[in-house]
Order: sequence, then structure tokens, then C-alpha cells
Amino acid sequence: MSFPWANEYKPSHPLMQWMDEKLPLPRFVYNAVGAGYPVPRNLNYAWNFGVLAGFCLALQIVTGVILAMHYAANTGVAFDSVEHIMRDVNWGWMLRYAHANGASAFFVVVYVHIFRGFFYGSYKAPREMIWLLGVVIFLLMMATAFMGYVLPWGQMSFWGAQVITGLFSAIPLVGDPLHTWLLGGFAPDNAALNRFFSLHFLLPFVIAGVVILHIWALHIPGSSNPTGVEVKQESDTVPFHPYYTAKDGFGLGVFLIGYCALLFFFPNALGHPDNYIPANPMQTPAHIVPEWYFWPFYAILRAFTQDFLFIPAKLMGVLAMFSAILVWFFLPWLDRSPVRSGHFRPTFRKFYYALIVDALVLGYCGGSPAEEPFVMISQIAAIYYFAHFLIILPIVSAIERPDPLPFSITEAVLGSDETAPAAA
Amino acid sequence: MRRRDFINIAAVSAAGVGGVITLLPLISQMAPSADVLAESSTEIDISAIQPGQAIKAVFRKQPVFVRNLTPKEISEAEAVDVSSLRDPQTLKERTKAGKENWLITMGVCTHLGCVPLGAGEGEVKGEFGGYFCPCHGSVYDTAARIRKGPAPKNLQVPEYAFTTDTVVKIG
Repeated sequence: MSFPWANEYKPSHPLMQWMDEKLPLPRFVYNAVGAGYPVPRNLNYAWNFGVLAGFCLALQIVTGVILAMHYAANTGVAFDSVEHIMRDVNWGWMLRYAHANGASAFFVVVYVHIFRGFFYGSYKAPREMIWLLGVVIFLLMMATAFMGYVLPWGQMSFWGAQVITGLFSAIPLVGDPLHTWLLGGFAPDNAALNRFFSLHFLLPFVIAGVVILHIWALHIPGSSNPTGVEVKQESDTVPFHPYYTAKDGFGLGVFLIGYCALLFFFPNALGHPDNYIPANPMQTPAHIVPEWYFWPFYAILRAFTQDFLFIPAKLMGVLAMFSAILVWFFLPWLDRSPVRSGHFRPTFRKFYYALIVDALVLGYCGGSPAEEPFVMISQIAAIYYFAHFLIILPIVSAIERPDPLPFSITEAVLGSDETAPAAA
Repeated sequence: MRRRDFINIAAVSAAGVGGVITLLPLISQMAPSADVLAESSTEIDISAIQPGQAIKAVFRKQPVFVRNLTPKEISEAEAVDVSSLRDPQTLKERTKAGKENWLITMGVCTHLGCVPLGAGEGEVKGEFGGYFCPCHGSVYDTAARIRKGPAPKNLQVPEYAFTTDTVVKIG
């Protein structure tokens, strides 16, 4: 679907006319990301991050497929094959660093994308399905990133696999058999490494499939915008091409500067030195931490140190960690405010910034050793995290008095809109 | 019932059952394979382990701790009020009759699977003199029972038997 004033695709060249009759792929592209797709005229740079996330996915798939040509998923040679990529393969060092740091860049971009959604209420009707699919993509990304990190078979790879698969053993009754089944053994070994490699190769394409659904669902109501006021008329929109292809292109350039700075000057800044030690099942590193993008969730996992009623602390931690993401699925129905954008919600805005601080605190604690004061801080921050979604958002959306909304996007941009009712 | 409906239901049901049965090998292939299971028993010579010493051996690709307890450690373990424990077990239940000094456990923390310290020479044993897991701070006593920290269970005692006085077969 699109707006009635969308430009129509009119191929002039006979070849393109011929193509349009047989397989209207150019028409599809024109209507999806070309001049045939009208987009709100007031999108700010926060709206660049969807395209950037798509770029990161493509980057990871390209570098990943190349790395897979040189990598061997066998515990005997996996670590050495990664060193072989780093030392012997032409440009291998660059491709591997591009892939490892590409994962970090992907998560940076996606976290901005998610928090853009939190602020502007992008998850609200009629865009709930876009949001739900986005959460699915995020879960798939987490699984993919985790399994990818196991592949080099260094100390952090091995012990990360041990600890994270160990989470499943917390499940009552079926936990231990499930754990053994997932690993294909009693501890991470060849069977686990091989299946992780297989799934790590598969899941990005599953992500790409869900991304297509995500964009499909997006193109039905069209993009949201910073005012949260729906498009009413042609003057509220501009064609995607050339306006947003240019804006996204500029944003991509800025992103690439940052990404290349990381890749070429600090390629190991976000990694762990322990992962340059081959996996040793007999010796645990003194301080196990996951990659930075898992820290907030890891902090929630470790925040539970006491048994609660009949539920052991270990199971509570696992449930809480998964719930921290699953609660996002309910977000469109927890925030009942009819006003989308945080710009017009003064009370919501304060709690939004508090949530960002809370997430950063959780992240910091998750990267620190499991000792005081970090455990206590994690516990407080974890309680606040859930309170934000389950208590604060429903209450705020019920009692808050939002600021007046502009009549239309045109009025918000130009200061007046001739179609607006007089003396509005 | 019309003949056509019967054929329809029968065909779809048969295809459905067939589809589900086809999943079985796809699920079963994920379980430990025959070679992994074949490695599932280990023999250990314990003749050189003096009282107070311990060794780390490998069982199912995981560390297993074999510890020769001193009389003091045994009496410490037996002095504990079992009902006060998170995972109540006596030392006797965790060792073989007549061999109470041989404490054989997995070296895998029951929290998230790290290898606790305390079996190697000079490693910290934690405040209860048994094992200490550096990952998340679980503390085990001289019977390898959980006393403090997030782990829910005592260190697991694998199946084992003394084949002779100096050889233990685990698994």
C-alpha cells in the first residue's frame, strides 16, 4: 500500500517496459525505496538507523561468507584456522576484524534503532507488527552473535558457550537432558562447535527473511515521524528517492567513518584478550564476561542471588534475563497513551531518559566482576528496568497530560498549514 | 460422513503423523553421538594421592576432582547440621562405604559450569575448605556441598566404582 499521490512507475525504455510486463522487479524497487514511496518530510537522523542496520546485516553476510571459506569448524583446528585467517589469508586480518567489529557496529545501530522506537512510540498502532518483528530480529541477532563468538574456540568462546548453554540446565525437570541435547555432549566440544557454525551460517539469512517482513509491514502504514502525527496529505511527504536516499547515504558515510576508525585503529578494543588463548576445558578464566552488547542482560541474569519461594536463584536469573526482552513484545499494549512522540509527552520523556541511564548502569555492572557493589546495583537497576515497562509506562500513559500536537506534519515543518481548520 | 471427507481426513492425518515421525531423526541427531558416549567412562589410578591432596582428571571431557580427605576434613564435613544445607546430603551419602576419605566429584560448578578452584596445588579452597568457584562466587565445603553463593546443588558425584583399592572407574 502507499498514499494515493505516490509517483507511478513509468518505464520509458522499451527494455524496461518489456521487463515490467514479465517481472516487475524494477517497479517493486521503485515503489519500495524509490521515487514511488512517499515518506514523511520531517524525518530526523534517528530514522537513518534502519537503513544502517540493513547495511550492517549485508556487511556481516558478505564478510561472514568469505570467512567461512577459510575457517574450519573442528575443535582440533578451529583456533589455528582463525590464526591462519589473521596471518596467512590475503586481507584475512581485515575481513575478520571487519566481521568481529561489524557485529558490534550492528548492535550499536540496532540499539539506537530500538531506542528511537521507544522515544517516538514507533511501536504503537498501526505499527505493532513492525515492532514485534523487530523484537524477533533482535532475538535472532543475539543468538547469531553468541554462536559466532564461540567459533574461534578461544577461552572466552569455550566458557561463554559453557555458561550460556548452562542457562538451559536451570529449567526444571528437562533442563539437564536439554542441555546435553543442545550441546550434543556433556560439555561444549566438537559436536557443539559444528552445529554452532551451521546455525551461525543459517541464521543471518533467517534474519534477512524477517527483515523483509519487517519492511513489508512498515510499508503498509508507512514510516512514523518525529511528531507522531500521521500523514494527512501530499504536502506532508516527499518521495523516498532522492530525498531519503541522499539523507541515508550521508548517514551511512558518517557511520562508515566511525566503523572504519574502530576497524583500523582499535580492532581489539571491544574483544577480550582471553580469547587469544586456545580453549581449555580444565581451566576457567578468572573473569568471564560476554561481549559488551549482552552486558545489560548478563547483569540481570546475575542480579538474582537468593532463592525466591520455591524457585531457585539460578532459574530466576534465567527467567528474568529472557523476560527483559520478552517484555518488549507487550510494549504496544503497555503504553496506552494515544500520543506517539516523546516530544509531546513531558512526563514520559523524563522516564525515557531514566531508562537509558538504567540500561547503561546495567551494562556497566554486567561487564564488571560479580561482586559488591555491582551485584546490589544490578539488583536495583533490574527492578527499575521491569518497573519501567510494567508499572511506570501504564501509569504515565493514563495520567499524563500531553502537550498540544501540531495539526499536521506540514504545520510542524512550515509553521502553518492552509488546510488546517481556522483558529485551531 | 461422506466418503470424500473420510478420504480427506485420513490422508491429511496420515501425512501429519508421517511428518511428525520424520522429525524424530532430525531431533535425535542432536543428542550425543556414539563416539561421544563411548568416551563416557574413565579409569583413574589414585595410589599416589596422599591425604589432603587432590587431582583433576577428565571424564566426559569435563574435569573430575578426586580428593583424599584428611581425618580433619572428614570430621568437619560430618559436624555440619545436614538440615541447614541447601542441598542436604551427608558425606557418607556422597562417598562409598569404607572409602569415606575418597571424595570424587565433577569439577563443574552447578551454577553455570565453571571449574571451581581448590583441587590444584596452592589454589584457594574457599572459606569452608572445599572448593571455590571464581566465576560467581559459589563456595563448597569439604564434602563438596554448596554452602554459599548462587549455585543450587552440591558438586555432582558421578557414578563410579573401585575396581581395585587403587583404581577407580568413573562412568
